[in-house]
Amino acid sequence: MSSSGGSEAVALPARQSRRATRRGSAGTGAKAGLAPSRAGRLGLRFVALGYLALLLGAPLVMIFYRTFEHGLSPVWNSITAPNAMHAFWLSLEIVAIAVPLNTVFGIAAAIWLERGRMRGRGLLGLLIDLPFAISPVVVGLALVLVYGRTGWFGDWLAEHGISVIFSVPGMVLATAVVSLPFVVRETMPVLRELGTDAEQAAETLGASPWQTFWRVTLPGIRWGVVYGVVLTTARALGEFGAVSIVSGRIEGQTQTLPLYVQDRFENFDTTGAYTAAVVLALLALGTLLAMNLLTRRAHRRRSH
Amino acid sequence: MAIEVRNVNKNFGDFVALDDVSMTVSDGALTALLGPSGSGKSTLLRIIAGLETPDTGQVVIDGEDVTSAPARNRGVGFVFQHYAPFKHMTVHDNVGFGLSVRKRPKDEIGERVNELLGLVRLDGLAGRYPSQLSGGQLQRMALARALAVQPQVLLLDEPFGALDAQVRAELREWLRRLHEEIHVTTIFVTHDQEEAMEVAEQIVVMNHGRIEQAGAPRALYESPSNEFVMSFIGPVNRLGDAYVRPHDIELLEDSDGTGTEALVERVVHLGFEVRVELKLDDGREIWAQVTREQAQQLELKEGQIVAVRLPVPRVFEGESPAAASGASAT
Amino acid sequence: MASPRPNSAATVALPAPRRARLGSRGTGGLGKGLLGIYLSALVLLPIAALVAKADTGGLSTFWREVSKPESVAAIKLTLIVSAIVVAINAVFGTIVAWVLVRDEFPGKKIVGALIDLPFALPTIVAGVVLLALYGKNSPIGVDVAFTRAAVGLALLFVTLPFVVRSVQPVLLELDTSMEEAAASLGAGPRTVLWRIVLPTLTPAIVSGVALSFARAIGEFGSLVLITGNLPFKTEAGSVYIFSQIQNENLPAAAAVSVFLLACALIVLAALNLLVRWRSRHVL
Repeated sequence: MSSSGGSEAVALPARQSRRATRRGSAGTGAKAGLAPSRAGRLGLRFVALGYLALLLGAPLVMIFYRTFEHGLSPVWNSITAPNAMHAFWLSLEIVAIAVPLNTVFGIAAAIWLERGRMRGRGLLGLLIDLPFAISPVVVGLALVLVYGRTGWFGDWLAEHGISVIFSVPGMVLATAVVSLPFVVRETMPVLRELGTDAEQAAETLGASPWQTFWRVTLPGIRWGVVYGVVLTTARALGEFGAVSIVSGRIEGQTQTLPLYVQDRFENFDTTGAYTAAVVLALLALGTLLAMNLLTRRAHRRRSH
Repeated sequence: MAIEVRNVNKNFGDFVALDDVSMTVSDGALTALLGPSGSGKSTLLRIIAGLETPDTGQVVIDGEDVTSAPARNRGVGFVFQHYAPFKHMTVHDNVGFGLSVRKRPKDEIGERVNELLGLVRLDGLAGRYPSQLSGGQLQRMALARALAVQPQVLLLDEPFGALDAQVRAELREWLRRLHEEIHVTTIFVTHDQEEAMEVAEQIVVMNHGRIEQAGAPRALYESPSNEFVMSFIGPVNRLGDAYVRPHDIELLEDSDGTGTEALVERVVHLGFEVRVELKLDDGREIWAQVTREQAQQLELKEGQIVAVRLPVPRVFEGESPAAASGASAT
Repeated sequence: MASPRPNSAATVALPAPRRARLGSRGTGGLGKGLLGIYLSALVLLPIAALVAKADTGGLSTFWREVSKPESVAAIKLTLIVSAIVVAINAVFGTIVAWVLVRDEFPGKKIVGALIDLPFALPTIVAGVVLLALYGKNSPIGVDVAFTRAAVGLALLFVTLPFVVRSVQPVLLELDTSMEEAAASLGAGPRTVLWRIVLPTLTPAIVSGVALSFARAIGEFGSLVLITGNLPFKTEAGSVYIFSQIQNENLPAAAAVSVFLLACALIVLAALNLLVRWRSRHVL
């Protein structure tokens, strides 16, 4: 969990998953190795694919089937329901605020962690990773304890007429917390790989630190940043637990798309719930596609 | 522009990279910083460029103390060991970078870039990306990029280190001619004594963070001020405390009373030169370098006894350059 | 070309202080301040508030909240089911990784990409997706809704990628010549598996298991719909915390949060140490 690289053993999900997917698609095919017998190989394949089908594939197919089993018009009605539309736009609004914030923070923190020389970087890295280790519910609770009515800043916020909890700022905050580590963690390795030579070259050529950042550093790390942003966006769109706690779940007001799914389901509007779920699932599949394309691009660049 | 380094010290943690280093490079000179790895030569170059800050001491360029000036204000062109190309930019944009951050007009940049690409013989490759260039081409692009801002001083860190032997030889020759053409004060770092001898007008030999000796290549070769310089520049035989160059050892058919006898242990033909490994009658082993003709004349072969006339060997007193500096005479 | 540059000499003698390297200079003092504020507002203060809240009545109150029957049931359920789930993950995750690396079949790339779906899919949607197949009206007649099995199923779903993704790269880099060498020395496939392949994969499996466990302990969204949240039966830790927050019983929520968080961190740290200790003694 630390950034020092010494404790790679238990690393982060995001970092790890990326490394794996990169290499995963790097392999031109099956690696030979010492194969078990043909029967053993087929058996393992059957077990693995069967497990995946039961856990992932079949439920996914099923939800698409359930959503569209009564035709398109109920789906269309569900999508265009005012509360659904509102939830959708609210989700986008939160993403549009939280993701840029985390992107700027993530790039700055990555540079700081990777290039800085001050002490306490290990601690900083740990702090940034913490949202991955904490339950979203606990994140929501912790935010309520600081920004809620009875929280640390509750009185001060009330005096100044600022409402955080049970309104959009709190939801943005919660979303930003749970998606905080992605950009940092995806940018750091790319930054390391980029090295400092090109930046120093820019400096000797007369570029100011800002010019160096915009014209050399940022273009050099852009695909890492984009990858981090994709992951951040996916997480931000789908966040449920933390947002659920800080939102107050006021229908048509503080209801994001994931909250709307729960609301519809609990009100026995399965078509509404399935439709919203399918929209989110499609966005998730889009994320996977984007991740794969970016990984492939990173490969091509490296093999040059 | 003349460069002066005064009493510079630099430590990295416990490691002493530079130990009270002072040197002067005159305007327009082509100087090599020569030394084994870890001798501090690259650190010195980076301090001159402003990429490292000395712990103590000063760097003066053209009479001005630039010790605390950032690299971008020093008017220094730096060529990095691995070229440090901007991979996301074309060759044209790489070379034009320095002008573009100075907000020069586009057509001026274009003109200058074309002129420089001609100078480094990369015309026609302006639209390529660094990943599409060979090592030698990258090297020349990096050089053009550094020259584009008309630096007062050109600094090159192991400029030929990453290239294969043939390209290396070509680029050496070419760097020399380029320097004759543009006469910018140039310092390059190398660990290859042959390269330093061939290219530089002045060589500064470094070891363990100190300057051992500075001077013209021939002066260093002929009158090294200490055993490190002698053994680092050119081949050497060590006889106790004394040092002898292999080509200064004369082999004679028979002793006329002035030489000692030696047994030929091995004869290695390296084209024009022949390397003869000898065992002296007192058991010491040395090797001599003779020409092919001499070897033929002497009919040298293993097991033969020859007479050897040793030159007056050089003796350096003590290890430190200060003590050795006055003792280079024999 | 050696002529002095018009714009260089004038700016040379700046009395700049000793500078840090490029990167840290880029963020500067102001940048670092903003960074610190952002991180404090988002992570540091909330965590501090959480710990402070759990500690309001001292250790005895903390312990009383944690040892209430309903909390104990929720914590026990979470820890036990998480342990079972990560054990299943260790086995099936490794098999899936092996098949993805060493086997070849049509559609392998798609399967490989879909492994990450549980990371990308919103957790509430994961619950809905599972209910579509394993809820009431299940087309295959398996209805786990509102049972403890549902807790396990949901946790299996959301933690699926961890072990696969940590074993896969190790398996890709595993030198097959080592296995061939063992075979040439007379080891049968079974021996090669147990003595060569699995020991090499163990750190990666452990690492994946640790991450799965931390995730499973904290999982909330996927459990909400499928488990019914029945106290003493299917109510997991995070769901219990949620209901305490809804009841405005924040000290109880904070106490259980801190307890489960501590469990997660201890397991992460312990497994981390184990892997390090092992690598020091084996390699």
